[in-house]
Amino acid sequence: MFDELLLTVLLTSVPLILAATGELVVERSGVLNLGVEGMMLMGAVAAFGAASLSGSPYIGIVSGGLAGMAVAAVFALFVLGLATNQVATGLALTIFGTGLSGLIGAPLVGQAIDGLPSMTLPLLSDIPLIGAFFKLDIMAYLSILIVALTSLFLMRSRAGLILRSVGINHDSAHALGYNVLQVRFFAILFGGFMAGLGGAYLPLVLTPHWAEGMTAGRGWIALALVVFASWQPWRVTIGAVLFGGVTIMQLAGQARGWTIPAQFLSMMPYLATIVVLVTISGRGRNVFGAPAHLGKRFFMTR
Amino acid sequence: MVSPKSSKSSAAPPLLAGFGLTKSFGDFTANRDIDFTIYPGELHALLGENGAGKSTFVKMIYGLLQPDSGYFEWQGKPIHFSNPQEARAAGIGMVFQHFSLFEAMSIVENIALALPPEFSKEGLPELIEKKSAEYGIPLRPHSLVADLSVGEQQRVEIMRCLLQDPALLIMDEPTSVLTPQETQQLFDVLGKLAKQGCAVLFISHKLEEIKQLTSRATILRGGEKIAEVDTQTKSAKQLAELMVGVKIAAIKPPVAQKKAPAIMTVSGLSRPADGPFDTALCDINLTAHAGEVLGIAGIAGNGQSELMDALTGEWRGAQAGIFQKGTEDISRMNPAERRLNGLAFVPEERNGHAAVPSMRLSENALLTSFERAGAVRMGVVNQSYATQFADRISAMFDVRRPEADPQASSLSGGNLQKFVVGREIAKEPEILIVSQPTWGVDVGAAQFIRKAMIELAAGGASVIVISQDLEEIFAISHKIAVLHEGRLSKAYPAAEMNPQNIGLLMGGIPIDKDSKTTPPKPKKKRKRVAS
Repeated sequence: MFDELLLTVLLTSVPLILAATGELVVERSGVLNLGVEGMMLMGAVAAFGAASLSGSPYIGIVSGGLAGMAVAAVFALFVLGLATNQVATGLALTIFGTGLSGLIGAPLVGQAIDGLPSMTLPLLSDIPLIGAFFKLDIMAYLSILIVALTSLFLMRSRAGLILRSVGINHDSAHALGYNVLQVRFFAILFGGFMAGLGGAYLPLVLTPHWAEGMTAGRGWIALALVVFASWQPWRVTIGAVLFGGVTIMQLAGQARGWTIPAQFLSMMPYLATIVVLVTISGRGRNVFGAPAHLGKRFFMTR
Repeated sequence: MVSPKSSKSSAAPPLLAGFGLTKSFGDFTANRDIDFTIYPGELHALLGENGAGKSTFVKMIYGLLQPDSGYFEWQGKPIHFSNPQEARAAGIGMVFQHFSLFEAMSIVENIALALPPEFSKEGLPELIEKKSAEYGIPLRPHSLVADLSVGEQQRVEIMRCLLQDPALLIMDEPTSVLTPQETQQLFDVLGKLAKQGCAVLFISHKLEEIKQLTSRATILRGGEKIAEVDTQTKSAKQLAELMVGVKIAAIKPPVAQKKAPAIMTVSGLSRPADGPFDTALCDINLTAHAGEVLGIAGIAGNGQSELMDALTGEWRGAQAGIFQKGTEDISRMNPAERRLNGLAFVPEERNGHAAVPSMRLSENALLTSFERAGAVRMGVVNQSYATQFADRISAMFDVRRPEADPQASSLSGGNLQKFVVGREIAKEPEILIVSQPTWGVDVGAAQFIRKAMIELAAGGASVIVISQDLEEIFAISHKIAVLHEGRLSKAYPAAEMNPQNIGLLMGGIPIDKDSKTTPPKPKKKRKRVAS
């Protein structure tokens, strides 16, 4: 019983981990991309379509990532090339992604595909209580690897140092001769790819069919998760399991007829994020806070 | 490659030479046809007012900007830097006026960002420790930059350059944030570098420092090269005239009043720090006398903004004992109430604090002057009154406007500052409290603002000036107090003060052993003083 519940929680948290890790890198470079929801939907519809046409869920994974990256490139063109307002452009991207994925996905409604097979690890999966951790699929295992690599990249590599410096102070980074727009462009593409992967996970693993707007606000939870994790990659995984758990409790609660209103539970991730934000800001500026130039536009002429 | 001798004979080839350098931004020509030479081991000054084109010029040297026409020669060969990395690789280092440091990162990370990738991160902390000790500017590699004092931050900037053994070091107004003692330490380091054959291009408008440190100066005015002079044979006054272009009328230093009545007293003002990067105020006592200018000196970050907020009423607390005319407690009044009581304020930041950038001058003029008769009738703003009022301020204070009633943001820094100071003086306040009145303002406007404040005091008002600029403090103050780590020294008559003992007070060292009034005690704060 517990085993099953834990497995569902873990599966629910995978798309959150993927999308939030991507957005975390984007925000560390100083760009706020509110289009995660739109990018996830594009990833979901592309993954489902490609998997349905080719019959291979693996092609679906890659297609999902690339679709997310493609719409992220449009976002990058606007906020970097034309220096548009990041908040407005990100919201537009979400609306755009929602609409376009619905249009593309219209003929796919009602179709079914073979989902991603789970890779149950022998012996380990028999461990009581935590066996569920070893009954996941390739994308779930990969997501943990990606978090580890992202953490290493940001904190240990020179390229990661440059990316963080751009997010902390783009004028200083520019003065040192780093190409702020280029760094941010690649960060945005990575963020799009990861959001696309997160979207792809939904039709490939969680519910093997396509439905319009099937991300159901997960993009927004991923955004809140980045803040909740105070821009630290490993905390994203903890937060994702926590937020995933809340989502599952919501469903499980409905099935068991709990008296807690579902709206209250769906509010929890955002409430938790606010609590974390208040706790962070109460301690003043600190290293774990938001990148100082998050959301600010960069003009080269200065 | 670097010649060991600091020879300046015409036989030695220049390290860097520029020919006919021109750079325009749109219609505005920032640099016009500038020729320039600097020799190995030379301490060379680049002198000019704000807006003279100094920054544009050094940015071209450093590869941040590309000249429209003209070219550079580096060690005799034509060269073109398309970005700072190329300039750094050639051997040019630059320390910016506004540091290009990343506050939320450690010293090592900050330095690694400025170095080519060959410097492995593993050996870097040891290298920084070794090299910084060598130059007498010790640094702890793993400290967070946000925790450092301004002087220490500058050392990080310098260390960034020194690790690459530069042949030319460019310093953009390095002393504007330092105590006199820290300045002396910096000059020692620069002298050491020059002896080793490194050329130093020193940008400044502080003439005494230029005479002390450099041997030659290139003087820019309005984007053009005015002269290249030997700084040792010219007097500071001659240099100033070359820089400004018109003969400067010195401000007459005010003479201390005999017995001036106290208008405002602050007693036992304390304020806890808001966050780890703010300064707590501790038992501040001061008295403002009619007809006097009280100068409050100190290095940035020692509680200036906290003190200013407490005086204006933007921060109010139980422990703020601020009294007007000896009896009336105004500690609980908000800024608007204090203004109605005859106080006037000019905060440090003119864009967004003293003035609303996107509002017109007439609207900005009214923001602190609604109470003026005729400004508001039955709750409706009298626009023609506001426009006339703004015009009057502009005429009185020589504010040059691009159009009749422009947005505040379209004025240059000097003109906007003259406007906000003028707006407050036009209220004929009893007490005027100003923070950094001439920060980033050109020399002409600075003179004007200082004169206006002295005249206001001469008319019987009391003026309190919080400033980091010692020249300014000396030029206008009757009495001088020093703020250090949130504690204010007693106010000394200006005649008894000189840069040396102000420097001691700024560093937290009491100067009068006999008196026990309020010597700045050693602080317990996390910010370390320069050792």
